[in-house]
Amino acid sequence: MKNQRCKGMRDLLPRDMAGFRHVEDTFRACCLKCGYQEVRTPTLEYLHLFTAVGTLTPSMLSKVYSFLDWDGWSGERVVLRPDNTIPVARLYIDNMSEYKRARLFYVSNSFIFEETGKKDRERWQCGAESIGGTKLPADAEIISLAREVLHRLGLDTVTLQLSHAGLVKALIKELKLRPSEEAKVTSRILEGDWQALTEVKSARNELDRFLGPLLNLKGKSGGFLQNVKALSREASSSFKSSLDDFIETTTLLDGLKCSYEIDITAIRTFEYYTGICFRFMLNGEKLGGGGRYDNLMSLMSGNDTTACGFALYVDPLLKLLRWENEAKPGILIRGKQTTPEAVEACFGLAQALRNAEQTVLVDFGEREPCDYRWAISISQEDLPGFTVTDCREKREWNAASPGEVLSIVRG
Amino acid sequence: MRYQSSYVRIALPKGRLLSATADLLDQVGLDFEDYDGKTRQYNLQSVRFPRVSARVFQEKDIAVQVAVGNYDLGICGLDWIEELRTRYPASAVVEVSRLDYGEGYIYLAASQETGLYDMDGLSSGRDNWRIVTEYPNLAHTLTSNLRLKSFKIFPVWGAAEAYPPENADLVILWARNENEMRAQGLVPIMRLLSVDAFLIANRERLENKDLSEVLGCLSPAFVAKAQTLVQEKVEITRKPAISLSHWKERELRLALPDGHQKVPTAEFLQRAGLNVHGYCGRTVSRRLSSDLEWLGVKVIRPQDMPLQVANGNFDVAVTGRDWLLEHLYRFPSSPVMELLDLGFGAVRIVAALSREMAVDDIDGFRSLVQSGKLASPRVASEYTNIADRYLRDNHISSYRLIPTWGASEAFLPEDADLLIDNTQTGRTLAQHDLRIIDVLLKSTACLIGNKESLDSPGTKEKIERVVEALGRGLS
Repeated sequence: MKNQRCKGMRDLLPRDMAGFRHVEDTFRACCLKCGYQEVRTPTLEYLHLFTAVGTLTPSMLSKVYSFLDWDGWSGERVVLRPDNTIPVARLYIDNMSEYKRARLFYVSNSFIFEETGKKDRERWQCGAESIGGTKLPADAEIISLAREVLHRLGLDTVTLQLSHAGLVKALIKELKLRPSEEAKVTSRILEGDWQALTEVKSARNELDRFLGPLLNLKGKSGGFLQNVKALSREASSSFKSSLDDFIETTTLLDGLKCSYEIDITAIRTFEYYTGICFRFMLNGEKLGGGGRYDNLMSLMSGNDTTACGFALYVDPLLKLLRWENEAKPGILIRGKQTTPEAVEACFGLAQALRNAEQTVLVDFGEREPCDYRWAISISQEDLPGFTVTDCREKREWNAASPGEVLSIVRG
Repeated sequence: MRYQSSYVRIALPKGRLLSATADLLDQVGLDFEDYDGKTRQYNLQSVRFPRVSARVFQEKDIAVQVAVGNYDLGICGLDWIEELRTRYPASAVVEVSRLDYGEGYIYLAASQETGLYDMDGLSSGRDNWRIVTEYPNLAHTLTSNLRLKSFKIFPVWGAAEAYPPENADLVILWARNENEMRAQGLVPIMRLLSVDAFLIANRERLENKDLSEVLGCLSPAFVAKAQTLVQEKVEITRKPAISLSHWKERELRLALPDGHQKVPTAEFLQRAGLNVHGYCGRTVSRRLSSDLEWLGVKVIRPQDMPLQVANGNFDVAVTGRDWLLEHLYRFPSSPVMELLDLGFGAVRIVAALSREMAVDDIDGFRSLVQSGKLASPRVASEYTNIADRYLRDNHISSYRLIPTWGASEAFLPEDADLLIDNTQTGRTLAQHDLRIIDVLLKSTACLIGNKESLDSPGTKEKIERVVEALGRGLS
């Protein structure tokens, strides 16, 4: 039969959901322990939230699911959220800005068109946003939280790659391009095409001194950035201040014994980042990322507010993780007849056992009891009571009441 | 004639490219009888090649028709190819060659009221740009690339140049050159695309099917491909602007239709004694005056009027009830309402299908679909929202709606299974071997208005005076 699922969309089967819940529960537990509060934003948002300079790149915007709502005669388009940070920022501005400081997390889907339909167009993320905090400790907290989640998921070999959006933007400014050309170069870089930078920089040889190491080397400590600083004495003040900011963060991470790799190209797609950017990689697969976005709130007509956050991508995590099979009920009640009396007796016993915190499945079909520790049959009418079978120990008992059944099951 | 794989099918343009395309085909010996714009004959047979047939479409339908594989080849302007491809990059359209006619540009132009003279001003300037265009996909790409924060794109069926400065700030439109736009009071900001006529092909057909008979004929007309996306700045010269204050001073703003509805509307206004100067002339003048000094009048496409009235660009407009309903089905809470039935221009909106199909009514059509004999029926219509509601109400499952821009009857039977279209007498449908199986609604011209305009006592009084005046035309 023809598959009727929409192209690029995915069904989560029981086994997938068990994995999904494992990731989600682990993430939620870590966030709650750190004082983060859970939020949920609507699936539909206004397109204009995502169109301002410094939010989403043109490449991302060309792939959003946008349309006119039923009352959209004014031309105001809505969009299936293509990203989760911007909606959370909108939620904060609309509802929570008087608190100044907010630590929020979410488990949410987002939608981006993918041309072949072979990759997912609906993507799930576990994300956390730290809004209004002091820069350095907030950056460290966010990175530590993300690493803690990955650690709890058993992914300790993940590589943390660091970049700095402010530094990249300052680098582009060093090229002294016209606004429209600068926008083009920025777009290309955010789409991962760093060739754009080297094509233009050839006109300014003095940039080579620090651009070469930044683009071609992968630093492993703050010392690398100190070296770059020493080579960039002629750079602009905004470049230098971004570099100092980057050095400050790496120094803190060095102190926290947090290993990382400095890769200036580890920044893609999202234009709203302003400071430190990071991503988590394992075997060439990106498992998540985040960074600092201090201008986003003001771009969205909110107050000037510092913020940083991260998101872990559930779909690649599911492929990597091993988890226990979905929890199965421990007790199977087998109904042999489907008369009202027999069904009532089965349901009555099941309810009594469930009230005692047992997990019970009632089945009137031909289901084999061997998947379950306990199988219980309701005796025939002329022989009231229950037959309790321990499927693992291959033993059998007769019980006269639900209380006796419970005693047997509890051992 | 049913589709046969050995036949070569070409989609040919109506409109501005028709005459030059007909000349070209004539010169290369690939002429089609009746491809002259005078007859409403849409199915054409090659005079010389028995296995080559053509169908005439609105230009903007051609790239889509070739992309979906209904036609092997097509001729249309690059503007419509890019309009398709910018939204659907994987479209199976291949540009075979540029043809040496149909030249012009897609321009971004501004009204002088904006004070805009370059792209940088656009990016760093004000928000809330109102952009009117026949090319909404190109407009969306442009706004993304320019990172405009706040903008509204109003897709229109035509006459985009009529909107600035009163009803739009920016317009994206086709023109031969900058002077043509300046003559319309627009400031050309940028050439977005250099447009010529192109021979296009369906990618899969070009890869697998022998089209050499047609390509061989046309090859002498192929010319080197020009750079497509030119994005050039244009020379800015200041011309006298269209006065916005003139429009703002008017207490009531009325939209009148161009096209087929122009003549009957003009006659009706004459009967009603409402003199609108210059409306009857042969040339289309977009801004008109009337005897009522408080009445501002502009001429736009009737299809676009409900949206324009909903947005408050006009207080009242003369359009067809079909277009009002098409708008209200899409936007049920829109503030547009019918104020007066003007009675003329009666048409029926009907469901029609090929006589070859043994179906008498929509129930029979549904049975055919349910039986699996007609899986995923293709429905062609200019009225996508009316058609959508009709198909939903009649529980036609898994249909595919093909939006058209006129000449919809040409789509059946090869390229669509059902047609939802308007008809006055049913004669054109009969000429195309189509049979009406249902009448969805009857439509006449009507005066529409914005409910919110009626909230203002001054505007309400003026609207009542217009309604009263038009009422005199009914008797």
